[in-house]
Amino acid sequence: PRPFFLGNRQPSRKPPCSHFPDMLHRTLQTKLRALVGVKRVIDYTVKIRVGANGVVTDGVRHSANPFDENAIEAAVQMKEKKIVNEIVAVTIGGPKSVEVLRGSALALGCDKAIHVKLDSDDTQLEPLLVAKALQKIAGEVEADMILLGKQAIDDDCCQTPQLLAGLMDAPQATWVSSMEIADDKKSVTITRELDDGLQKLQVPLPAVFSTDYRLNEPRFPTLPNIMKAKKKPLQEKTLADLGITDTTPRIKVKAVSEPPKRAAGVTVKSVDELVDKLKNEAKCI
Amino acid sequence: MLGRQFFVKNGRRLLTSNISSRNASCLVIAEHDYKAISQGTLSTVTAASKIGDVSMLVTGSGIDEVVKNASSIDGVKTVLAADNEALKNNIAENLAHVVANLSGSYSHVLAPASNNSKNFLPRTAALCDCSPLTDVSEVLSEDTFKRPMYAGNALATVQMSDKIKFILIRATSFDKANVGGGSANVDNVNVDLGEVKNAGNFISATVAASDRPDLTSARVVVSGGRGVKAAENFPIIFDLADKLKGAVGASRAAVDAGFISNEHQVGQTGKVVAPELYIAAGISGAIQHVSGMKDSKVIVAINKDKEAPIFQISDYGLVEDLFNAVPDLTKKV
Repeated sequence: PRPFFLGNRQPSRKPPCSHFPDMLHRTLQTKLRALVGVKRVIDYTVKIRVGANGVVTDGVRHSANPFDENAIEAAVQMKEKKIVNEIVAVTIGGPKSVEVLRGSALALGCDKAIHVKLDSDDTQLEPLLVAKALQKIAGEVEADMILLGKQAIDDDCCQTPQLLAGLMDAPQATWVSSMEIADDKKSVTITRELDDGLQKLQVPLPAVFSTDYRLNEPRFPTLPNIMKAKKKPLQEKTLADLGITDTTPRIKVKAVSEPPKRAAGVTVKSVDELVDKLKNEAKCI
Repeated sequence: MLGRQFFVKNGRRLLTSNISSRNASCLVIAEHDYKAISQGTLSTVTAASKIGDVSMLVTGSGIDEVVKNASSIDGVKTVLAADNEALKNNIAENLAHVVANLSGSYSHVLAPASNNSKNFLPRTAALCDCSPLTDVSEVLSEDTFKRPMYAGNALATVQMSDKIKFILIRATSFDKANVGGGSANVDNVNVDLGEVKNAGNFISATVAASDRPDLTSARVVVSGGRGVKAAENFPIIFDLADKLKGAVGASRAAVDAGFISNEHQVGQTGKVVAPELYIAAGISGAIQHVSGMKDSKVIVAINKDKEAPIFQISDYGLVEDLFNAVPDLTKKV
């Protein structure tokens, strides 16, 4: 279909924007570049098992970390509103991590992707190293906003966005449940969830955001978009390419075990029986 | 005595210390409501006491009363008071700068694993080029700790090697230190935030005021889930909680649906609670919710679906419609 702004004119050999100075001016206005981090994790529906070598990951379903989907959705919505003009997705993981780039990030609307490839799918880099890698990437792509899921549901560390902001000496907006970009694109007003309520902050860009589920409802990739994702640019790098040569963990995992199991409980048949048990057996009321 | 200060400039520590001769010394970053030090902080003091001498940092604007309270906590030797207008709203960039400048004098810097501390402590660790540890549930030694992963379905034993160990403590795993017996020295901290160029600007906060006990430390918690069906129905949960003098919790589904506000959410990425009695009404018992309450002493589940996974972890399960069972229970307890 012909671009709407050409109206009924005959197609000309000159590019459209030279006919329309206003259009050119609008396309040169500040638009932002977003960097979105995505992690491949064991799917949240899976009941994990702890084996001799830690948590069993072989043959177990993996997917994009749920909070990272909120980050992708936030970036894509901003792109649809023409606030952001490019979204770069990045993942730091073994070979299979490419799945969250092609299958999620690129298929949902990110423009290009970077895979910082680790040797093994089982390497769990500590958040400080992840943050250092993201800092390098953010610098390379000149990101104005970095959106990360608030917490990875495998290690439950909840640190990477805060670490990254500290390394970059950039403002941070964590547990964001709403985002409003200022008209001049120089700051963002966010609402974030506190332990005892909500807080509204205005954060100057560039900044790091950690996304929470109440920020948006992530869309599902459509088949046409999954097909398109295969052609989008995907660059591979190593940590060494980013200048990160020392990857010795500061925190070593010595052992992984299953937590003690609760003893099986009983079913009670009525409220009366429940009250009796709580009073006389459990003695907690 | 404060010991040496390590100034942070451009995000990097300028001085290094003679660390090899240092004994374990802990700095606990306190949370408070300007009256009392939080329960989570008291549990953190207990955890820190297992490691070494404990000092406590209290920050805010107008903190005299709460500093006095802090100095009476059993086990706290020194209280550092950082009183400054810019520290009023717990802005992470400001707090991290202040704490990073003090961290160099300690081997361990600890805080309770709340949203507030999770916000600034990792940032502080980054400023000091250290790798922080979240959600520690057991202290095995100065450098070895246990922490849950995978929504509490795996327990990792980890060893930290950084010179300063930044640790967020899972408060429900540690008893609370007593208040009233201690008599700590109080030192005032000179707060200089000139280096902080890019802090977030505070606009407003809506803090839910409640007469009920704090959710993370209440003896009884009554939680409602998707089964409550609407915000208008939540009062039946409130009524039971009030009868039992407990706090009110909720599943993520209930909060997402707008039945109740976010600070009530219990779960993997919500609040972690371990009360004596946890009553889950209309909550299916997904892994993520269970993660936040499975250390409760007694778990009661009320759900009309007998296949609900919550019955696998409850001590007492009642298969009944909560709209009958909960008001009935409120009458009879």
